[in-house]
Amino acid sequence: MNLKELVTGVSGEKQFLLGNEAAVRGVIEAGVSIAATYPGTPSSEIGNVLSVLAKDANIYFEFSTNEKVAMEVAATAAASGLRSFTFMKHVGMNVAADSFMTTAYSGVTGGMVILSADDPSLFSSQNEQDTRNYARLANVPILEPSNCQEVKDMVKYAFDLSEQFGLPVIVRTTTRVSHMRGVVEFGDVKDNSSNNDNHWKRGHFNKDPSKYVPVPAFAGDMHIRLWDKVHKLEEVTNKSEFNKEMNLSDNKKYALIASSSAYNYAYDVCKFNNLDINILKLGFSYPFPSKKVCEFLKDVDEVFIVEEVDPIIERDTLAAIGAEKLNVTVHGKLDGTFPLYHEFNSDVVAEGLDKTFNFKNDDEISYSSSLNKLEEDLPSRAPVLCAGCPHRAMYYGINLAIGELGLKPEDVIFASDIGCYTLGINPPYNAADYLLSMGSSVGDGCGFSVSTDQKVASFIGDSTFFHSGVSPLINAVHNKHNFVLTVLDNRITAMTGGQPNPGIPIDGMGDEAPEVSIRKLALACGCDYVRVINPFNLDQVVKTYKEAFQRDDTAVIISKAPCTLIKGLAKKPPVDFVEGNCNYCDKCVNELACPAISKVNGKITIDKAQCDGCNVCIQVCKYGALEAGR
Amino acid sequence: MDNHYCIYICGVGGQGIIKTSTIIGEAAMNQGLDVVMSEIHGMSQRGGSVSTELKIGGFNSSIIPNHGADMLLSFEPVETIRGLDKVNSETKIVYNTHPIIPSSTNKPYPSVDGITKTLKENFKHVLPIDGTHLAIDAGSVLSLNMVLLGAVTADDKFPLTKESVIDAMKNNLKPKFHEMNLKAIESGYKSIKG
Repeated sequence: MNLKELVTGVSGEKQFLLGNEAAVRGVIEAGVSIAATYPGTPSSEIGNVLSVLAKDANIYFEFSTNEKVAMEVAATAAASGLRSFTFMKHVGMNVAADSFMTTAYSGVTGGMVILSADDPSLFSSQNEQDTRNYARLANVPILEPSNCQEVKDMVKYAFDLSEQFGLPVIVRTTTRVSHMRGVVEFGDVKDNSSNNDNHWKRGHFNKDPSKYVPVPAFAGDMHIRLWDKVHKLEEVTNKSEFNKEMNLSDNKKYALIASSSAYNYAYDVCKFNNLDINILKLGFSYPFPSKKVCEFLKDVDEVFIVEEVDPIIERDTLAAIGAEKLNVTVHGKLDGTFPLYHEFNSDVVAEGLDKTFNFKNDDEISYSSSLNKLEEDLPSRAPVLCAGCPHRAMYYGINLAIGELGLKPEDVIFASDIGCYTLGINPPYNAADYLLSMGSSVGDGCGFSVSTDQKVASFIGDSTFFHSGVSPLINAVHNKHNFVLTVLDNRITAMTGGQPNPGIPIDGMGDEAPEVSIRKLALACGCDYVRVINPFNLDQVVKTYKEAFQRDDTAVIISKAPCTLIKGLAKKPPVDFVEGNCNYCDKCVNELACPAISKVNGKITIDKAQCDGCNVCIQVCKYGALEAGR
Repeated sequence: MDNHYCIYICGVGGQGIIKTSTIIGEAAMNQGLDVVMSEIHGMSQRGGSVSTELKIGGFNSSIIPNHGADMLLSFEPVETIRGLDKVNSETKIVYNTHPIIPSSTNKPYPSVDGITKTLKENFKHVLPIDGTHLAIDAGSVLSLNMVLLGAVTADDKFPLTKESVIDAMKNNLKPKFHEMNLKAIESGYKSIKG
């Protein structure tokens, strides 16, 4: 499919779309004018697609420096009467939370939708937090799509709902919904034509401090108004067509309530095993549709609640049947029927239901001993830093410098951050000892430097530094902390697929943009030692780190070289192996651990397709067995 | 479970696995069949194992239950072994015999002939193909995914026609590669059909 069809596609047309592409179509159908994000898996493709389509779709789109800024861009657009969209991974909600919470108080004029993508089983995240808690914390409605069609339909519906109630609305996906592909039938597109010289429409902000400025005198009333809205919304969720009985069975004894991707597994298990269970699917789950749930359960003996991650619908169901004094036994995460962590699948759901229904065929599949042995000894294939990755060169160099200073590995704490460079945790680099969140490496450097006598090396990427590394750097300088901060400036937001950031001269819609200098930022923060190094020059790397570790202030080293995955970079010729010079020390294989270098049948082998010609291995080899290619 | 067909596709990041799966999914949609697919992005792109799951028929969930695949299509020998949780005694196991050896700080790579022998000891339908070689013959190692796409269409139980898969390929890939891709699909098809 050509992505442009997300803009030009007409009502009734069907396309095979990724969940994240379906979200973009929903945004286009809803006539959104302003969209902002900070990239984060599993939501990243929404931004990648919007950055290509924004101009065709009359949308202003930006990669904001972080999720809080994206939230503020969307909130002010909605306060100005425009439809606005922000989206992020689940942990991005933590960054955005401060402004998000108040947006619920002040409310919106134009529709505002927040898509937050949860990551059960942590495919690419540091935790499994459940966005549905945020809906309850802020008292804003939340929709939980199960498939690509619902992603599109719910995103579109969320804008109408948001305008009707003057509240932001959350759409919660999971990795399996965002990265599901399915057939999506398009609907009508609401007109969002520009009314000015820009490609997007401008709104107008009507001043009303009692609505938009939450000083104590006003915020109290805002909270009262918020609860009014929640009570009215309860009537909507109780009647919503997104909360529907699936009528798989006439059985009144057993019932099941499920949402999001967990619903898919529950439905398939019941259907393909002919289980006599009636299902209520909750797609609009907060404010909790208590009346509908109690109506559904009034003659039921036992109900199974199937949801990922936290037992939220389960607790709300327990509260609802308690208030109605219904005599229903609730099976879910709290009684151990289903796990409290990790994503579900059909096998997990079947396992839980089997405790009551005994339908599973438990015939063990047994394999030959040679296959068992093969499985046991299977080489792993974990993600690694790419061949030619500037991070590898820097990690190799810093470990060399630490050794030359006579320090042992336990003398230096590596405070890592969120990005490809977290892969430095793997041997032989062993360069990640502590990590909390985006930007935490800098604050962690502050804390370790006053709490221990160990040296501290903090690592942060360029995009992560802009995201939330600057204010802790100011803290470090002002409070006289002593550590070495490395900004791994690879000229892109790499881990999420290569989005631009403020350090490069291009914005989210592909237009030229001012480049913000990390070096000048560090100097302006008051750092006396700021060095920009080429990580592929090993001598320079070692010399600079040795210098930096011997200081007693906050030293900043900017390791600057482009990510090897950036398209259009000139490729250098791959390295040549000169067998006659090889001393078989295996340093290039074991200590540099570049995926392009391996030892096959006792001989060093360069994978010429992978080798990027960074030539770091040539500097590692003391025997001249590796030579620059021509 | 007639009219249902589940394919588990696995390999290494960069082998064109998501594109291959999308082409099959789009072909299924064009034939009026229900289809859902699951893919994993993010960390797995850095040379890690990659898999997609494709389910044709009336499924809501895009994840294949353990031992529920009709076909295991593997782009790499060791990844075939990693995908065996999805396999049952009737599953067609089609895999490329050309290994991609993971970086050195790891267990030794097993012999590919040994993998084939062991698989044949345990499963009825074991179909190794030298896909990388066929791809190079078709014009480029990059057409490996098209060779394997052709192999899928050769399964008697596969519910889509070769023609609709070819149409979806043309809709998803650049015209300048169509001729090479058609050649690759045909050679993959023949490697199974004989």
